[in-house]
Amino acid sequence: MINGYDIMDKQTLDQLSKQIRAEVIETAHKTETIHVGGCLSCVDILIALYFGCMSVRPEEPNWPDRDRFILSKGHAALAFYTVLAHRGFYPLEQVFTFNKDKSLFTEHPVWKNIPGVEATSGSLGHGLGIGSGMALAAKISKNPYRTFVLMSDGECEEGSIWEAVLFAPANHLGNLVAIIDYNQWQACGRSNEIMNLSPLKEKFSAFGWAAYEVDGHDIGAMIVLLQSIRSSTDRPVAIIAHTIKGKGVSFMEDDNNWHYRVPSADDVQKARQELGFQ
Amino acid sequence: MRDSFSEELTELAGSDPRIVLLMGDIGNHMFDRFKELFPNRFFNCGIAESNMISVAAGLAMSGFRPFVYTFSAFDVGRPFEQIRVDLAFQNLPVVIIGLGGGLTYSSLGPTHYICEDLAITRALPNMTVVCPADAVETRAAIRAALQREGPVYIRIGKKNEPVIHKTTPDFVIGKGIIIEEGTDICILGTGTILPNVIAAAHRLREYGIKPRVVSFHTLKPLDTILLKKAFSDYPLVVTVEEHSLIGGLGSAVAEWLSDHFLPQKGHLMRIGIADEFLHYAVKQKSALDAYNLSPDKLAEAIHVQYRKLH
Repeated sequence: MINGYDIMDKQTLDQLSKQIRAEVIETAHKTETIHVGGCLSCVDILIALYFGCMSVRPEEPNWPDRDRFILSKGHAALAFYTVLAHRGFYPLEQVFTFNKDKSLFTEHPVWKNIPGVEATSGSLGHGLGIGSGMALAAKISKNPYRTFVLMSDGECEEGSIWEAVLFAPANHLGNLVAIIDYNQWQACGRSNEIMNLSPLKEKFSAFGWAAYEVDGHDIGAMIVLLQSIRSSTDRPVAIIAHTIKGKGVSFMEDDNNWHYRVPSADDVQKARQELGFQ
Repeated sequence: MRDSFSEELTELAGSDPRIVLLMGDIGNHMFDRFKELFPNRFFNCGIAESNMISVAAGLAMSGFRPFVYTFSAFDVGRPFEQIRVDLAFQNLPVVIIGLGGGLTYSSLGPTHYICEDLAITRALPNMTVVCPADAVETRAAIRAALQREGPVYIRIGKKNEPVIHKTTPDFVIGKGIIIEEGTDICILGTGTILPNVIAAAHRLREYGIKPRVVSFHTLKPLDTILLKKAFSDYPLVVTVEEHSLIGGLGSAVAEWLSDHFLPQKGHLMRIGIADEFLHYAVKQKSALDAYNLSPDKLAEAIHVQYRKLH
């Protein structure tokens, strides 16, 4: 239980994961939106956070003591919006306005547009710095909330990330958790070939972070890990979540064409079937 | 000016627990008093300006009022996108203090002086842009900035600038301050170039020309009431700035002028930095002279222009 919220059992969480995947693919089709692969790689991380770790009050989204979450890989907004809807921040129907003309559900999240969105993101490399500021604020005001930042692996090529990686341990931000959705792809190729990212865990460790690796699709394992680091030291925490781009749909998995490809009606039908929906 | 910033902020921080000071590893002992009094609200963010701006954003989103301090060339020049997205787009009350805007640090070479900072910040929606003329205006600008609900860029000089105001003027963001009255021309000076403007005005008086001198400390929002009156009352309105002629005070006034129909309007003359970099070692005084910004050159240039009108 977190803050009066009962954590669902494994089967229910896995089913929720499939349902959110199906909704993401269908909405992407209807709204002709890209970035499906990167959405599917982080759905389980988002579920582990919102359904198994973070202390939030959907009915009071600006509750001062809430845990903060920043989707620094803003291009996965559709997955994020869908998870927030299932967590009760707003009705799911609102997400279906995603990316439509004048919708507040923008293709990259905008702060204050939507309950639960804590920062504007989309330009990569901003979230960890903003999250560090929020974690610093919690320290100054002696507030116990934690700040979680979800980044992509390609995003770790931004120099500003490494500025924040140096800053957070220097300021003893043990209340900051960075999660890397390590799907090993970026827009135009393998992230480890385009830049020398690997080994990420060792890099974070060398910079003074408490670094962990986890299967980014094992919701139960992630919940156990996230809860075990709850009363950590004053070292910030980095979690390298090993994921698969396009996870959950056979013809999307590890196929980087799904960075930019919009699912067709046929794709939606096939995907839904694979996920167990008709 | 930098000492007055530090002193004023330290005083304000005593009564306002929201104030947090972030600096980019410059100033050495300048903030010792602040650190001593408020150790948990002072952060040397290292030589990492992009992160410093994002951290300031995160603090502001959590209810704090961060002040960010380093050279203008680095806290505006380097992290433009963080300023644009994190501060300006999100409209956060973060005050960026830019040390040594203009040619203050021209002797340190092209990396350390910046004549584009006002253009860069002025182009951003939600941004307030202020250039105090002396230590007194600096203190007033900091107090005024703390009352704003969005981001503010304050460009200051370095140290030991001449003090123009003997007493604290009525300083309102977006309202110019008349320093000297005159009936023949109106000179709008912004920032630390103002002492040269005043000295030039005194020389012009020797030629029989009586200038009104204004400390036009806010570039955004513009004091359009003052501008309207200036262009109605004077045959020549001169803007003087230690900034590129692209995007600064002269540009802002020219833009406003071209957008407004005034039946009888004075001529606009812009004096500022040419659209070029300096590739040689140069002292600020010498560079100002080269761009007609020394008192003598200013007076001469304005005098020539004024005579053309008569």
